[in-house]
Amino acid sequence: MRTLHRTLPGRLHLDGDSMSAPAATNDLGDLHGGLQLPANKTTSTSIGIQSIPAPHQLVMPIQQHVGEPAQPIVGVGEHVLKGQLVADADGILSAPIHASSSGTVVAIEPWPVSRRYGENAPCIVIECDGDDRPVKVSADLLPFNSLKPDDLLKKILQGGIVGLGGAVFPTGQKLMQAMTMPLEYLILNGVECEPYISCDDLLMREQAVKVLGGAQVLMHALKLPTCYVVIESDKPEAIAAISEAMTVLNDHRFVLKQVPAIYPSGGEDQLVQLVTGLEVPSGQLPTDVGCVVHNVGTAAAVYRWICEGEPLISRVTTVTGPGVRSPKNVNVRLGTTIADAVAFAGGYNDGASQLIVGGPMCGKSVTTDHMPIVKATNCILVLTEIHSQTASQACIRCGECATVCPIQLLPQQLYWYARADNESKLRWYGLTDCIECGCCDLVCPSNIPLTEEFRKAKARIQELEDEKARAERARLRFESRNERLKNVLSAREKELRVQKDTALSKGLDAIVEILKRKQANDEKDVD
Amino acid sequence: MQFERNEAPFLRATTDVPSMMRQVLYALIPAALAYIWYFGPGFVFNLFIASIFCLLGEAVMLKLRNRPIREPLADYSALVTAALIAFALPALTPWWVTAAAALFGVVVAKHLYGGLGYNLFNPAMAGYVMVLVAFPMDMSLWAAPRMADLDYHGMTIMETAQFVMTGALPEYLSFDAISRATPLDVVKAGLNDMQTFEELRAYPIMGDFGGRGWERIGNFTAIGGGWLLLRKIIRWQIPFGVLAGLLVPSSLAYFLVPGINPSPEFHLFTGGTILCAFFIATDPVSAATSDRGRLAYGFGIGFLIYAIRKWGSYADGVAFAVLLMNMAVPAIDYMTRPRIVGHGRVPSEDRP
Repeated sequence: MRTLHRTLPGRLHLDGDSMSAPAATNDLGDLHGGLQLPANKTTSTSIGIQSIPAPHQLVMPIQQHVGEPAQPIVGVGEHVLKGQLVADADGILSAPIHASSSGTVVAIEPWPVSRRYGENAPCIVIECDGDDRPVKVSADLLPFNSLKPDDLLKKILQGGIVGLGGAVFPTGQKLMQAMTMPLEYLILNGVECEPYISCDDLLMREQAVKVLGGAQVLMHALKLPTCYVVIESDKPEAIAAISEAMTVLNDHRFVLKQVPAIYPSGGEDQLVQLVTGLEVPSGQLPTDVGCVVHNVGTAAAVYRWICEGEPLISRVTTVTGPGVRSPKNVNVRLGTTIADAVAFAGGYNDGASQLIVGGPMCGKSVTTDHMPIVKATNCILVLTEIHSQTASQACIRCGECATVCPIQLLPQQLYWYARADNESKLRWYGLTDCIECGCCDLVCPSNIPLTEEFRKAKARIQELEDEKARAERARLRFESRNERLKNVLSAREKELRVQKDTALSKGLDAIVEILKRKQANDEKDVD
Repeated sequence: MQFERNEAPFLRATTDVPSMMRQVLYALIPAALAYIWYFGPGFVFNLFIASIFCLLGEAVMLKLRNRPIREPLADYSALVTAALIAFALPALTPWWVTAAAALFGVVVAKHLYGGLGYNLFNPAMAGYVMVLVAFPMDMSLWAAPRMADLDYHGMTIMETAQFVMTGALPEYLSFDAISRATPLDVVKAGLNDMQTFEELRAYPIMGDFGGRGWERIGNFTAIGGGWLLLRKIIRWQIPFGVLAGLLVPSSLAYFLVPGINPSPEFHLFTGGTILCAFFIATDPVSAATSDRGRLAYGFGIGFLIYAIRKWGSYADGVAFAVLLMNMAVPAIDYMTRPRIVGHGRVPSEDRP
């Protein structure tokens, strides 16, 4: 049950003969482990994506991406338009931020943000004027295929687009890195394997043409001949919509692939492994095996920016869970607070006790809903039942965790050495390769919070590494200083030796000569 | 609105240790019924006494170690130990022998090593080996199984109870009258006396495959083991390894030099082979932990069972085989770490 097989149950196959649209193929590589989880998605997929109107106030964190924060370029009191650049990319892996509605900047101040689990981070706060007036879209929206890949790339960098699957890696930088590698495939990730989350599913159902359009832009930028669109088999509507869009676009570079609904097949490296049969080498990127992976939401965002001129100022987010009255997918302006989004979804149910930004497996639990929805927010999950924090029991080494681990780690051994804080064993057992998918937690009969232990152990190893790096830098500084001193000293010695040699070779006369000259100099100084 | 803060993942596990242990106990029911049928009600007394002393030992040790008592006591692990001890002992065993096995298993082999999850040795086998060495006479008191043509001396429940409590048989019975050499003993002694296996096979105590009665118990044990496999409480690697480790050398020996070697099916269906494969060797705490490691661990046990039966002085070697392989577990774990996805094969110089 827990290993993927090359064949799938018959009902999951799309019948290629009865439809003119391209059928999904199932030629898949193997992925170790994984779990079939209850999807819990139907509550939020029963109605289409609904747009939340502009709120009174927008809170835009200046860091909504993996890299360094963007630099605000607007001042307090300044009026901004929808789509206007308010903070520009600054530093490594940074991405610009755009206002998601028109209004006045009222403050640049710290607000709680989800990426820091509700700790404060600087945000640009905009009081909306309700007009929602957009910046004028420049008339020079050229068709993308008339642009050179480099220009297209520059353009994408300006759109503030980041990976919307949750990793928020700036898309432009990802493409720049990818361009330096020999590539074979673009893989469009429509797997969305975490329970409850359905934003990509609905996006594919409703905006399939835009998703594929974005993929065309990406393929053009990377000069790629093939794009695999990968969708989980439990999303027949999305598969049908995408396959219909393929017919409409009549683009034969697209290949639709269907993967079984097994968590965590939507992880970037896992997806590559599943689709191509190639393992991404440890510590490297999918581009090292010739693939570049983008989320379907990212592709749609690229399309909207390149072909319609709208930067990344909104996204589809699933507001769901037993703690929400009417779960749904919303199209929401970035900077809208979670509280506003939940209110739009009917508000909280009685007993709502836990707020999670992201899915139930990898999401972040936060204490307050007064924080903005950002580029990374693919899901807002409200649970009514507190995850049992009952004391865990001793590990009985049953090995279930190893059976489900997609990386083929031995979590039971890692746990043992994490408790013992044995760094070299932890490394050897592959702690740094752990993707923190949480599968091992779910099957542990002793209720051990393995993923949490591993996160902590990783942090400790990172600390040690930083310490080592600091010590190494200090050592290098010290050595180069010694080297410098030694050079100075030896230069001086050489000089003295030359003088001595000269004196000896020229004999006594020369010495007298030197002394005279010295005396003369001294006298001159006295004068 | 304020919310609780927790760590991902937020879904909960669907299994727990007590339910796993409970299912192991359920899976032992067919074997227990067969055992009682063939060897009389003594098993029930043994099980009862072993359970009492395992739980007692567990409670006292938890108390002495200042650990919470109720939860570990209710995880059924002590009862699994008790059940395995009861299966290992002869049906007629005085209570102090059973109690000694139970206490040694739980107190020394389990709790002195740190309790559930930390014990290096299988507690039930450690307890059994202790009494096997300390009470050799009591351990050799195996009656003939209930078979019409064998002189089976059925003792009533009261008589059995009296024996268990006092160690004395009813007046009309003597030890010599009821104790019979087990099929493994008979084969071992017979082969040493230059008889061939084919001759020994004609003895009335021999059944279709192994010893009569024993082979039926083996069948019922295998039914429970199969159920555990289906429920995924145990995985196939260890049982497969044990059976392969025993069947490969015994088949080779039997087919190459037939006269002086018992047949592989005799090995399989006699003694504790099947109980060991599905219930004893599969104790996860004292077993190797990776899939390949478990195969190797199981194979080692199977092979050692064969080696002890063939060359050792004990008729059966299940308990010794398990304990010996328990000792090898850290080394097996170390050498059988799976290849991590995204890495090449494990270079030996990288091993810490």
